[in-house]
Amino acid sequence: MRDVAIVAFAQTDHLRRTDELSEVEMLMPVLHQVLDATGLRARDIGFTCSGSSDYLAGRAFSFTMALDGVGAHPPISESHVEMDGAWALYEAWVKLRTGEADTALVYAYGKSSPGELRDVLTRQLDPYYVGPLWPDSVALAALQAQALIDAGEADEAALASIAARNRTAAVDNPHAQLAGSVPAGDYVVRPLRTGDCPPVGDGAAAVVLAAGDTARSLCTRPAWIRGIDHRIEAHSLGVRELTESPSARLAAERAGAFERPVDTAELHAPFTSQEVVLRKALGLDDSVRVNPSGGALAANPVMAAGLIRLGEAAARIHRGESDRALAHATSGPCLQQNLVAVLEGETTHV
Amino acid sequence: MSKEPVAVVGIGQTKHVSARRDVSLAGLVREAAVRALEDAALTWADIDAVVIGKAPDFFEGLMMPELYLADALGAVGKPMLRVHTAGSVGGSTALVAAGLVAARVHRTVLTLAFEKQSESNAMWGLSLPIPFQQPLLAGAGGFFAPHVRAYMRRTGAPDTVGSLVAYKDRRNALKNPYAHIHDPDITLEKVQAAPMLWDPIRYSETCPSSDGACAMILTDRTGAGRSPHPPAWVHGGAMRSEPTLFAGKDFVSPQAGKDCAADVYRQAGITDPRREIDAVEMYVPFSWYEPMWLENLGFAAEGEGWKLTESGVTELDGDLPVNPSGGVLSTNPIGASGMIRFAEAALQVRGQAGEHQVPGARKALGHAYGGGAQFFSMWLVGAEPPRT
Repeated sequence: MRDVAIVAFAQTDHLRRTDELSEVEMLMPVLHQVLDATGLRARDIGFTCSGSSDYLAGRAFSFTMALDGVGAHPPISESHVEMDGAWALYEAWVKLRTGEADTALVYAYGKSSPGELRDVLTRQLDPYYVGPLWPDSVALAALQAQALIDAGEADEAALASIAARNRTAAVDNPHAQLAGSVPAGDYVVRPLRTGDCPPVGDGAAAVVLAAGDTARSLCTRPAWIRGIDHRIEAHSLGVRELTESPSARLAAERAGAFERPVDTAELHAPFTSQEVVLRKALGLDDSVRVNPSGGALAANPVMAAGLIRLGEAAARIHRGESDRALAHATSGPCLQQNLVAVLEGETTHV
Repeated sequence: MSKEPVAVVGIGQTKHVSARRDVSLAGLVREAAVRALEDAALTWADIDAVVIGKAPDFFEGLMMPELYLADALGAVGKPMLRVHTAGSVGGSTALVAAGLVAARVHRTVLTLAFEKQSESNAMWGLSLPIPFQQPLLAGAGGFFAPHVRAYMRRTGAPDTVGSLVAYKDRRNALKNPYAHIHDPDITLEKVQAAPMLWDPIRYSETCPSSDGACAMILTDRTGAGRSPHPPAWVHGGAMRSEPTLFAGKDFVSPQAGKDCAADVYRQAGITDPRREIDAVEMYVPFSWYEPMWLENLGFAAEGEGWKLTESGVTELDGDLPVNPSGGVLSTNPIGASGMIRFAEAALQVRGQAGEHQVPGARKALGHAYGGGAQFFSMWLVGAEPPRT
């Protein structure tokens, strides 16, 4: 099967509120940017796939309007996942591997500002036994953080230093919502303080994928997807060991992440404690540059944040700042579902 | 580079009813999945990945239900994808699963689609109360009725054609033990006497709201060799989308539907669909969509679809049976409805459709559409492996 690469990436500036913009209006500039970067138009694209969630928009079929914005006439070959855009990228990667398309446009967007994200995310939980109790996303993450602290794998100071490092890195990211040193802040849900939690915000992202020589013609240094895999765990927190991420480890293994060291990792870890879990699962030591973009602690537009990790990792390869990068996306409470991709520049191709 | 041939070796459905109060969402989907595994003589351990689809999350009030359903579908430790392409989702979900096998990413994939409409209110979920949308759509019927009227004006079809479709599909449903609406006393007069909901669509010409799930096991050539029952082979599959609203849109016969069918026929080597295809499972949520889609899918010339219906060609014993299962008009768990079309097409070419079997069916088309006739997904399955 043929090689597939990320050849272009674009994202919005991520903002706490975008009341003046519809989802389509937020997305359109990003679609234009990513197509302009390759010189392609919507009609040239072989397959289009998007990721979003009706629950953020507060209405059914929210993605249909976004598709209108793509300009799908003449009609296009197109699909949608009700997941983070990282999984839309996965579906597009499969499509390109079958040979049914040579290029793919992948996009994702999410506006968290119209609702209360912590409440909205409770609707992901088991609807009979857990959801009715409305345990929110920060409370669940706090459970995981406390488990880590109890296991002696982190303390509050270590978590604070993760926040500081990510947000300092975000100073170089013009799209970041939060950047620069931030105080640890007050407790949101013990042991997590405001500094340990991601900002709530709105944003969109898009990438273009291409296969083989098409990728080489569209990009001077394509970010080749050497491996990509995703795995899910049980939903009930009671049957999971929250200090581990077996699904992230297995996905990384299947993606070939452990075959050779990576120089960069973009981790979708919205909470500081989740970076601890992921570093361990993915075997990342201090030699690896983790989240040079600032990661999800600097900007976490729900449904796009995972795709942004893939885009940020690819962009570093495009710019020659990385030769082999790991990109990670997550979905569900406490890292329930995880996707890992390994991206390489041509020079390391063996 | 050649794709791996994809075979359907397991099919499972629930009995579709208006409210399955005896099972949770997890129980509902597991029932269909277990039946598909039994059909394929496989166990959960044989499944490499799960691809799940359903229509909007608001229908059950559960955001991204794949997270909660992972355990019930044996997905723990495996890849799980959630597809959502509105009403076409059941078909799209099967195609995404087929792609995993075709690309040799996985060998054996469980794909499942469901809707448990009794947990919420579909009419509410389908009415879009936000700015820049037409108000007072009153669900899908309100959206589609004007396009049916446009079809009648354009083709001169007599206003009796819709009731013929409903009468046929409801009679076919009596032969399908999984179908939702079983009315043994159905008559054409009863269909025609039903109240008018959205002129020209009568209550009897609309689909029900169902609880139900449909599952399929897709596998590669090696897996097909181990199948205890004849597999159905995927000869072609495609998705096409176009905007819901734009000045150039033909709501009676959308270009995306035509292009999608043309792509499937090209892949499957079909040059004369009317003659070469033995059975069609078509997404007909309102009766008039049968003649409309007969034209859109290339079974009839423009303006001629209603004549096929009227002359009995689409009856179970006609020479192009449409919806031998009873179709969406008899069973509509929305997210699953497209996959049921795909699965029923596969049952036909496997010779396992029971009382609603089309004798000697070798090639069958499964069709789904969604949004404002915006999203299309189709596959053509055959009794023989595709020539590669």
